[in-house]
Amino acid sequence: MLDFSIAAAADALRARKFSARELTQAHLDAIATLNPTLNAYITVTPERAIAAADAADAALAAGTAGPLAGIPLAIKDLFCTAGVRTTAASRILGTFVPPYESTVTANLLRNGAVFLGKANLDEFAMGSSNMTSAHGPVTNPWRRAGDDAALVPGGSSGGSAAAVAGHLAMGATATDTGGSIRQPASFCGIAGIKPTYGRCSRWGIVAFASSLDQAGPVARSVEDCAILLGSMAGFDPKDSTSVDVAVPDFRAACARGVKGMRIGIPREYRPDSLPAEIAALWDQGISWLRDAGAQIVDVSLPHTRYGLATYYIVAPAEASSNLARYDGVRFGARVDGQDLIDLYERTRAAGFGDEVKRRIMIGTYVLSAGYYDAYYLRAQKVRALILRDFTEAFAKVDALLTPTAPSAAFAQGDKPTDPVRMYLNDVFTVPASMAGIPGMSVPAGLDASGLPLGLQVLGKHFDEASVFAVCAELERAAGFVAKPALRA
Amino acid sequence: MSLDAAMVRRIASLSRIRIEDAEVPRLQAELSAILGWIEQLNEVDVHGVEPLAGASAVALRARADVITDGGIAEQVLANAPDRVGEFFTVPKVVE
Repeated sequence: MLDFSIAAAADALRARKFSARELTQAHLDAIATLNPTLNAYITVTPERAIAAADAADAALAAGTAGPLAGIPLAIKDLFCTAGVRTTAASRILGTFVPPYESTVTANLLRNGAVFLGKANLDEFAMGSSNMTSAHGPVTNPWRRAGDDAALVPGGSSGGSAAAVAGHLAMGATATDTGGSIRQPASFCGIAGIKPTYGRCSRWGIVAFASSLDQAGPVARSVEDCAILLGSMAGFDPKDSTSVDVAVPDFRAACARGVKGMRIGIPREYRPDSLPAEIAALWDQGISWLRDAGAQIVDVSLPHTRYGLATYYIVAPAEASSNLARYDGVRFGARVDGQDLIDLYERTRAAGFGDEVKRRIMIGTYVLSAGYYDAYYLRAQKVRALILRDFTEAFAKVDALLTPTAPSAAFAQGDKPTDPVRMYLNDVFTVPASMAGIPGMSVPAGLDASGLPLGLQVLGKHFDEASVFAVCAELERAAGFVAKPALRA
Repeated sequence: MSLDAAMVRRIASLSRIRIEDAEVPRLQAELSAILGWIEQLNEVDVHGVEPLAGASAVALRARADVITDGGIAEQVLANAPDRVGEFFTVPKVVE
């Protein structure tokens, strides 16, 4: 049962080959066995999961079941879930229990999904390794061949990706601000899509950088991601940046093929430092798409190289504003002080981890009087140039193909101590976030030590359908069947 | 860009994050390294470029200026670290 895709499990549940309760219980057992090692979940909610599974079984029997009835999912602990603790992997929200449900998770519940629990992440989604969580690091279910070193799952949606790769959930919600869906998907050998900015409502998701944050799914197949995104997406009046456009049939797009499509290969995504294995996998991906009837077009995105530096002004600036709400007064942890300012400062010093503090401070600095124009305003202008690069490229091509990340998963013990080196993990994913376009990572091969590597497909605003079509073609060609060492 | 210790303290104060004296040198080094790396943006010609604030391809919409929610004081206060009746509490700010 644990090996099923979401698509196959939905069929099996309807054919009554097994019950939603059996499927959910199997996942809860898997969590009990493996989560102590992987730490993919911060909170597990077995009673709620069983109750939801029973409701799904009743709906299946009555013929009223939604498309996700009985499908067990992990929910990144950045989505507010009514009555279930939501921590953002931060001490400052250690006991926070939202009285409301995020729109994205409400959409999944409406369609019958079963929530197993809340998945670990980097604190406030700030990180690329899941090492900044106040609830401890997540361990990647994959191991290098002949090496027991614990590897990172990537970040920030590391718990979501590890849970799905290790068969502790059939799919998971995730969020992506600069690569937080795509990079962990690549590190854990699964698929994950960041849709167009505005496709999924941000209402009820703990905010990091509001002009960049987008929700999306991770799952073990491209089609499963299409099924989940179809349920998560949609217009929401409660998010002013949610866009009122129809949600197409993403699942149908997966079967469309790439014949006649024009696929752009951005030359700037091939720096001299790119490992030969990743360059070779990229070339392989180009061949697969060409063999499937796509036309390969060389394109240029000249401002790509400035994407990361732009991101590390814009995202911290927005974070410094968003995280001002954690003041120890209205919700979250409080440390008392001798006056109000002292209370704020002690609360925030105790409640936030080092990376979050660094980003708040960088953001505060680049927005402060005398530095705003030199940093923040300049970054916004470079952001306009990054978007212009994509707009010009998409006048010539239907989608872009790049590597997802500049490396495979690294060991927890090899975590870079220099923050800037850690930031380089997102070099290929950040530009799409800056432009608001959809991007997806699909597992395409293994490196020499047996670790998964992903390829990334980028599409035009609101053209996730083309992204799914290309990723499904890559998935068929790659025939990726390798499985992680640790799985239920 | 190298930040001096006084600037690090000033940023921390603006950020409302208490820092101890022992933390200042480390923060000085880390923040200076990040800002130094960011300065590569100075080589980009942004002359005549309009700044881009958001990634949305669509203009923000307006809605009617009406009350859409409310009357949920208990929910609003449910996570308060301290409260008196229907109020949040803070240390005394007016003598």
